[in-house]
Amino acid sequence: MVKTKDVPLNFLPAHTLNSLLKKKQVCAGDIAKSVTDAIQKVEPAIHAFLRYDAGHILKQAAEIDKYISSGGPIKDFTGIPVAVKDNICTLGVTTTCASKILSNYIPVYDATVIRRLKLQDYILTGKANMDEFAMGSSNENSFFGPVKNPWDISRVPGGSSGGPAAAVAAGLSICSIGSDTGGSIRQPASLCGVVGLKPTYGLVSRYGLIAFASSLDQIGPFTHDVEDSARLLNVISGWDENDSTSISSIKNGQIDYTGFLKDDIKGMRIGVPKELMVNEIDPQVKAAVQKALKLAEVAGAIIEETSLPSLEYALSVYYIIAPSEASSNLSRFDGVRYGRRSMDAQTLRQMYKKSRSEGFGPEVKRRIMIGTYSLSAGYYDAYYEKAQKVRTLINNDFAKAFAKYDVLISPTSPTTAFKIGEKIDDPLQMYLSDICTIPVNLAGLPAISIPAGLSKSSGENPPLPIGLHIIANTLREDNVFRAAYTLEKALGFDKHPMYLYEQS
Amino acid sequence: MSMISKDDVKHVAKLAELEFNEEQADKMTEQLDKILAHVANISKADTSAVLPTAHTIEINNVFREDIVKKQLSAKEALSNAPEEYKGGFLVPKID
Repeated sequence: MVKTKDVPLNFLPAHTLNSLLKKKQVCAGDIAKSVTDAIQKVEPAIHAFLRYDAGHILKQAAEIDKYISSGGPIKDFTGIPVAVKDNICTLGVTTTCASKILSNYIPVYDATVIRRLKLQDYILTGKANMDEFAMGSSNENSFFGPVKNPWDISRVPGGSSGGPAAAVAAGLSICSIGSDTGGSIRQPASLCGVVGLKPTYGLVSRYGLIAFASSLDQIGPFTHDVEDSARLLNVISGWDENDSTSISSIKNGQIDYTGFLKDDIKGMRIGVPKELMVNEIDPQVKAAVQKALKLAEVAGAIIEETSLPSLEYALSVYYIIAPSEASSNLSRFDGVRYGRRSMDAQTLRQMYKKSRSEGFGPEVKRRIMIGTYSLSAGYYDAYYEKAQKVRTLINNDFAKAFAKYDVLISPTSPTTAFKIGEKIDDPLQMYLSDICTIPVNLAGLPAISIPAGLSKSSGENPPLPIGLHIIANTLREDNVFRAAYTLEKALGFDKHPMYLYEQS
Repeated sequence: MSMISKDDVKHVAKLAELEFNEEQADKMTEQLDKILAHVANISKADTSAVLPTAHTIEINNVFREDIVKKQLSAKEALSNAPEEYKGGFLVPKID
């Protein structure tokens, strides 16, 4: 395995690989080889991918090297392996949402983010494992089996983008693309010790993202560091005529997010919502966040505790609105036009019912049921409409907070990675693991999770990553990146689960 | 007090085109009951002065010129069909 400063190529950020490529110190083939070797060695223990093709990765790399040697330009992600969550459509490559019902679905078009990555001459590492239809916080809801946390394979990687997060953390891909509806990028990033960004709603096109909850879903990057996060956002963001919720104010001119990577938060106003530092937060997680806040203070930021009283209702609002939108979105899976059809039906209605009952897993059915109930006659006012009104209260609280603060900081997840099987029979306990991330989606805000350190090992429990959550106002990715870049430098987290490679 | 009965669950399942056996319906009732009891706390929130939020950004109708562009061919559109017949999606008879 090629090594640079003792860090193997497959654990280097894309911006470092990019400069090595430009200096001709490595070629795309070297990077691809380091990733395919890693996949061969470590993927059987992690199960981050639902499908990958090592031969194809190497072939793509060889083509890119040929193109580079004939004078082709090296863009930011040229020759960089990027894993893609399996709810994002890839032309000609099976896309299943980790569901039985889509197990045979081959998209006939590329999602806009894929189209944009192809313009960079990126390499698709593979389609990453996830909770079925992005519903879950542990990746245990994948029809094809769970992903294991690279830091301790008896634990969950978080969800729903468990595969994309674990792939980057374990060195199986340089970056990944995931989706975040209630924390599905940030929570697994936190549990796996990588950087995960949820951009402002409407900044990245959702065209080709198989919809879960359309008013909450947003695509974003998983990376080794904040600089890669900004660079990958440069590639995937932008107005798109194929997404009617694409923000029209971004139509004119692309923002260069790397311009906000400044190691300077002097005078930055940071609010710490007390509703997100509650008793349910693990003491070690709380201590890591407090340490990060101290470092922010030393760097010249002004830290204050603040209150967003309506956040008390965020989890409830989310678990009405997200399932309601899901029950509507998932009605398209009926065995008629695509997906798996039950062959055990005589009539059309029977075919719908059997295809859906055989094709969806328990959590997806639970959410379709909650959503259908919330939208049904007699319950609509008390559930769906009431939740939409409380959503307004939450948005108003954020608006008030951002009149006073540049960013809000909290833990990303109340705990470090929990054991596989620990919460699977208690949906409500599982839902609570997204308590810090959910309010952000309800308000459509940008937020990032960066590694804040590792917990202390005790007995058989190895050290586990802790995530720091930085939230900013709508379209204020500048503040997200400035705070994240500065704190990343101050925290100096540079650990990888290298033990995975030491075992034979 | 229970929030939802097994009969409610069966009715909602019918609306959602899902089917559950008795054992599954019992478990679903128990789990939905717990979740609905939790989310019921929103009834405490005073929302008398606010309007509902459906989207966090301003959503406008998107118009464009009606120009013919390259679209999916019939073959592509049908490529994932479980069954097709003469360029259409074939389904079992309507009951």
